[in-house]
Amino acid sequence: MESVLTVVKMYKLTIEDNTYNCKPDETVLDALLRENVNISYACKKGTCHSCVVRSPDILPPEVAQAGLKNTLKKRNHFLACLCHPEYDMVIKLPDQSEFYTEGIIVVNELLNRNTLLLIIAFKNAFEFNAGQFVNLQRPDGLTRSYSIANTQQESNTLEFHIRRLPNGKFSEWLHDELKTGDTIAVSEPRGHCFYLPERSEQGLLLVGTGTGLAPLAGILTDALAHGHSGPIYLFHGSRDLEDLYRINEMRRLAEQHQNFHYIPCLSGKHVPEGFRHGRVNDIVLASLPDLKGWRVFLCGHPDMVKQMKTMTFLNGAASADIYADAFLATPS
Amino acid sequence: MTDTQDNNTTISKTLYERIGGEGAVNASVDLFYRKVLNDYRINRFFDNSDMDKQIAKQKAFFTMTFGGPNNYTGGDMRDAHARLVKMGLDNSHFDAVMEHLGTALVEG
Ligand SMILES: Cc1cc2nc3c(=O)[nH]c(=O)nc-3n(C[C@H](O)[C@H](O)[C@H](O)COP(=O)(O)OP(=O)(O)OC[C@H]3O[C@@H](n4cnc5c(N)ncnc54)[C@H](O)[C@@H]3O)c2cc1C
Ligand code: HEM
Ligand code: FES
Repeated sequence: MESVLTVVKMYKLTIEDNTYNCKPDETVLDALLRENVNISYACKKGTCHSCVVRSPDILPPEVAQAGLKNTLKKRNHFLACLCHPEYDMVIKLPDQSEFYTEGIIVVNELLNRNTLLLIIAFKNAFEFNAGQFVNLQRPDGLTRSYSIANTQQESNTLEFHIRRLPNGKFSEWLHDELKTGDTIAVSEPRGHCFYLPERSEQGLLLVGTGTGLAPLAGILTDALAHGHSGPIYLFHGSRDLEDLYRINEMRRLAEQHQNFHYIPCLSGKHVPEGFRHGRVNDIVLASLPDLKGWRVFLCGHPDMVKQMKTMTFLNGAASADIYADAFLATPS
Repeated sequence: MTDTQDNNTTISKTLYERIGGEGAVNASVDLFYRKVLNDYRINRFFDNSDMDKQIAKQKAFFTMTFGGPNNYTGGDMRDAHARLVKMGLDNSHFDAVMEHLGTALVEG
C-alpha cells in the first residue's frame, strides 16, 4: 500500500502561453472550466468524447484514454473530463476542424408534439454503425449528443429525433431556430450501442423510452436488412400517446416481418386499444421472463436504462450482450 | 512418456489458461455477479453501482487472480469500500460474497 498520508499536490496545466493550476481532486476539464478556458464538453463522464485534448510531450494517464480509438491514443489524445494529472502537463486544445464535419439541414419537421425529425446531409459518405451517436455543436461551442436513427445505406444523410426539453438550451435551439438550409457542426460517430451481423438466430430485445426510439430504429433497420432471423421485440414506452411516434410505420414493419414484434406501452391514464398499459420496464420483464441467450439494446431515460440493465441481466442475458445508451443530461 | 509431457505443459500453464481463458472468466463473472445481485443480504450495497463498471472490475480482478493478462487499474480497495462500511458492511457480507464466488467458480 502507498503512504497513508494524503499528499496534496497541485499540477500545472500549460496551454500555449498560459499556465493554470489543477487542484487536487479536479479533472483537467474542471480546472480549465474554472479558469474560463473555452473547451467543449457535454457528459463529463467519458461518454461523448467532446472534451478530447492532446498532451504533446508526455503519455496521459491510461484511464483518461479509455474508449478512444487507437489512432488517437497513439498521438496522446485524452479525455479532459477523465484526467486527473499525474505530472505537470502541456495541453493542446483540439483544432475543431479535426473532429467536426459541416452538414446541411435538409429536413426539419415534427414527428409528434415535442419531437423533431432532423435530417442532415453531407458532401461525402459519413461512416457509422446504426445506433451510434454524434455530438452536434452550436456556433458558440455548446455541444450535445444525439443518436443516429437511420442506417448507412441511406445516402449521405444522418437522421435524428430531438425531444424538446422545457428550457433545454440545445434542444430549444434546434426546434425553434434551426431551419432547412442551415449548416451545423457534427462530430465523428461514437458509442458502442449498435448491431453486429452475427448470431442471426439470436433473440433481440430493444427497449426505448421517448427519443430512445431513434437509435433503436437504426438498429432495427440494420438487423432486418441483414436478414436477422431470430425474434426481434421492440418495446417503446412513454406516458401519453401523444409522445410516441412512428407507430404506424412500426406496425407495418411487424406485418411485413414475421419475427418482428412491436409493443407500444403507455404508463399514463388514457390507453387506447392496441397499446399496453404500464411502465415499459414491467411490461418487458413480464413478457420475456427468460432472456438467456438474448441480445439486449436499451436507450433513453437514464433511470430506465440503469434499471433494465440490471433486470435483463438478472433475467439471464449475458452482460456482454447488453448494450445501452442512457440519454444523460449534461451536468450544469 | 506422453504422460510426463502433458503434465509438464499443464503445470506451466497458468490457472487462467486451465480454467479456459477469457470466455470462462466472462461466464464465471456473470454467474457470480448474478448471484450477488439476487442475494437480499448484500444486494443493497450494489444499488448505486453501474453494472458495466462493476462487471469490468470483477473481470479484471478474476483475471488477475488467476494469473491471466491484466491491466487492473482499480483504485485503493479501502477507499472503494469505505462508503459501504458506513452502510453497515461487515464480515457476514464478506462471507456471503465469498460463498457466491465459490459456487460461481465451481459451476462456471
Ligand atoms: C449518448 C446520448 C444520446 C442521446 N441521444 C438523444 C436523442 O437521440 N434525442 C434526444 O432528444 N436527446 C438525446 N440525448 C440527450 C441530449 O444530449 C441532451 O441532453 C438533451 O437534448 C437536453 O439538452 P438541452 O441543452 O436541450 O437541455 P439542458 O439545457 O442541458 O437541460 C435543460 C434542463 O432540463 C433538465 N433535464 C435534462 N434531461 C431531462 C429529462 N430527460 N427530463 C426532464 N428534464 C431534463 C436539465 O437538468 C436542465 O435543468 C442523448 C444523450 C446522450 C448522452
Ligand atoms: C475479498 C473481498 C473483496 C475484494 C477483493 C473486493 C474487491 C473490490 C475492488 C477491487 C473494487 C474496485 C475498487 C475501485 O476500482 O475503486 C471493489 C468495489 C466494490 N466492492 Fe468489493 N471486494 C471485496 C468484498 C466486497 C464485499 C463483501 C462487498 C459487499 C457486500 C463489496 C462491494 C463492493 C462494491 C459495492 C464496490 C463498488 C464501490 C463503488 O463503485 O462505489 N465488496 N471491490
Ligand atoms: S467525454 Fe468528456 S465531456 Fe463527455
